Amino acid sequence: MRILQIDKKDWSAGLEQSRKDYTLIGPVKEGNNVSKFRELAADEEPDFSITTTTMSPKSVVFPQSEVMFTFTTDSGSPDCNIMQAPETNYSPRAVIGIRPFDALAMNIVKMNFDTPEYRDPYWCDAYEACTFVGLAVTDPESCDFSTSTGTGPFDRQGLDVLLVDSGDSFLAEVLTDKGEAWMNSAGFDREADTDAEKVITAMRADAEKKIASTVKFANIDKKETLDLYNEEYWESISFPCLNCGTCTYACPTCWCFDIQDETAHKKGRRMKNWDSCMFPNFTIHTTGHNPRDTKLMRVRQRFMHKLKYHQSKYGKGIMCVGCGRCVTSCPVNIDIREVCRQMNS
Amino acid sequence: MQTYIEKIREIAARLLKEETVEMVIGFQEGTIPMISPPMSVRTVEDVEQLTWSSHCCINLANYLTDTKGKVAVFAKGCDCRSIVNHIAEGKVQREDVVIIGVPCHGMMERHTIISLFGEEIEEVVEEDDGTVTVRGKGREEKYQRSDLMRQNCRVCVHRNPVLYDELVGDLVEVPADIRRHEEVEKIEALGTDERWEFFEDLIATCIRCYACRDSCPTCYCPTCFVDEAQPQWVGKGDEEPDVMTFHILRAFHTAGRCTDCGACVSSCPMGIDMRAFTKKLEKDCLDLWDWEAGQTADERPALETFQPSDPEDNFK
Repeated sequence: MRILQIDKKDWSAGLEQSRKDYTLIGPVKEGNNVSKFRELAADEEPDFSITTTTMSPKSVVFPQSEVMFTFTTDSGSPDCNIMQAPETNYSPRAVIGIRPFDALAMNIVKMNFDTPEYRDPYWCDAYEACTFVGLAVTDPESCDFSTSTGTGPFDRQGLDVLLVDSGDSFLAEVLTDKGEAWMNSAGFDREADTDAEKVITAMRADAEKKIASTVKFANIDKKETLDLYNEEYWESISFPCLNCGTCTYACPTCWCFDIQDETAHKKGRRMKNWDSCMFPNFTIHTTGHNPRDTKLMRVRQRFMHKLKYHQSKYGKGIMCVGCGRCVTSCPVNIDIREVCRQMNS
Repeated sequence: MQTYIEKIREIAARLLKEETVEMVIGFQEGTIPMISPPMSVRTVEDVEQLTWSSHCCINLANYLTDTKGKVAVFAKGCDCRSIVNHIAEGKVQREDVVIIGVPCHGMMERHTIISLFGEEIEEVVEEDDGTVTVRGKGREEKYQRSDLMRQNCRVCVHRNPVLYDELVGDLVEVPADIRRHEEVEKIEALGTDERWEFFEDLIATCIRCYACRDSCPTCYCPTCFVDEAQPQWVGKGDEEPDVMTFHILRAFHTAGRCTDCGACVSSCPMGIDMRAFTKKLEKDCLDLWDWEAGQTADERPALETFQPSDPEDNFK
């Protein structure tokens, strides 16, 4: 691993230079105090003042709505009812300023979309087009509990480059060939001073120390599924829930989607839209029977999936990276840290 | 605030102890600043968890439609009107609910506080002198409470419960000079194109999580029109025509029933002020039919009935 140094005065020019090879994506503020990751306009730079964007960067590879196929229902057409691949663009894209917890979330979501049995081409092609230029969290938000979820403010997992803001410059850990390629494209090639590694280690320790919020989940893995399932606390946990999709949409690891055909004037398209286990429609059968027809069942499912089933299935911890988005965005303050505590106790 | 909290706990404890109700619906302290989530209490021991704050923004009438047996609910002016609306529409039986009225001093707007303070907030403390102290990491600011109020609370003329069995405090005075439709008048003054642009901008960040619908007491359809599959009225994606259709149709469904409680705005994770849709309909109901939602359980909401005096010719 190489550590390079980027003077902040050279940052804009480097970004600009990399645009010849990459589409740039980064965090931006929009609307009323909200922020998200999206393609940066020609004169736009990623806003590094945002620590945790309102919406996670999962949309970079898993858009809220995506066309899977197009088709015609015109019986006079030779292509009638034949699915056609939509126009796509998987040219290189650099995701600048993704935070370590969100990069780990990409790895977690990958476990669902890229399996030995099946490879989701939409997600995987978009993912492979990405170079993740991460930004270490030097000032964690109070709902950040990422140090207890297998990541942390300076974690390198899932990243191609890790930038560390060291005042007048960024120290850049170049972690992969993809990262090397983006740094080359941007013209960032100055080796950092020999003490850079020490500086980063010290900053990392400092940032990790600032995270006061933690969760424990080892006992959840040991407990019987049905014992957890039948606990009384689901009643009080689920009581305030509105069954909106906020937590699932803000979450970087929630991967569920719905497939819808939209047809008008004999032209159609098959859409892949985000879906949410909080919605009654999520599980309704064509018979009208709904196996999860109460909000208690739906709330329980979300937490059991994240904190129990995921551990049991993959043996790689929980399906949560500790970003804190669901905690801060839930309209009724259902706090996954508190749910985890109850399940683990 | 403290006297409210004491009274709330006292009433809840008594109703549970005397077995007047099986459950009390109120608010509890949140785990993060600026939110007091709803909770249900079934035992006298748990009554101590009940609280009151300037962040009780959720409308508790929304929790009455799923309950069984007799329940007590704490209700601000707007919540109370939503309960009245539920009674008028047959969703709640009057004898099944004990309404504990909370004369309301207005709730604060989380998004406003975040905007003003400009960085992560760790604590918000209301002082007795009408000021609010907001603390972040190593920084503290003081604001006037009146500057942090939700817009719907600023223009509210129904701060006192309209129907109640008990009260937690004295009725509050409502200022006489409230221009309740000031925001609507500004939008009405725009040209057609500008108005459309205004609404396009308004919903630009909508993620269709449906928190607005799901926090709304009037949105209790067993299957919302956006969730219908046969026929499918609206696309499910994030494209503007579908998102706009959702917001406009939802607003129309609440016409004559919306009490401007602001739960939709407070619940929205994207800080969208969808009251811009519903407030206009409230104004029209008032102007056209002298109708205000939730003032009486004895009359049907404006758009569910007609009278010879209605302004439209087709009703005559």
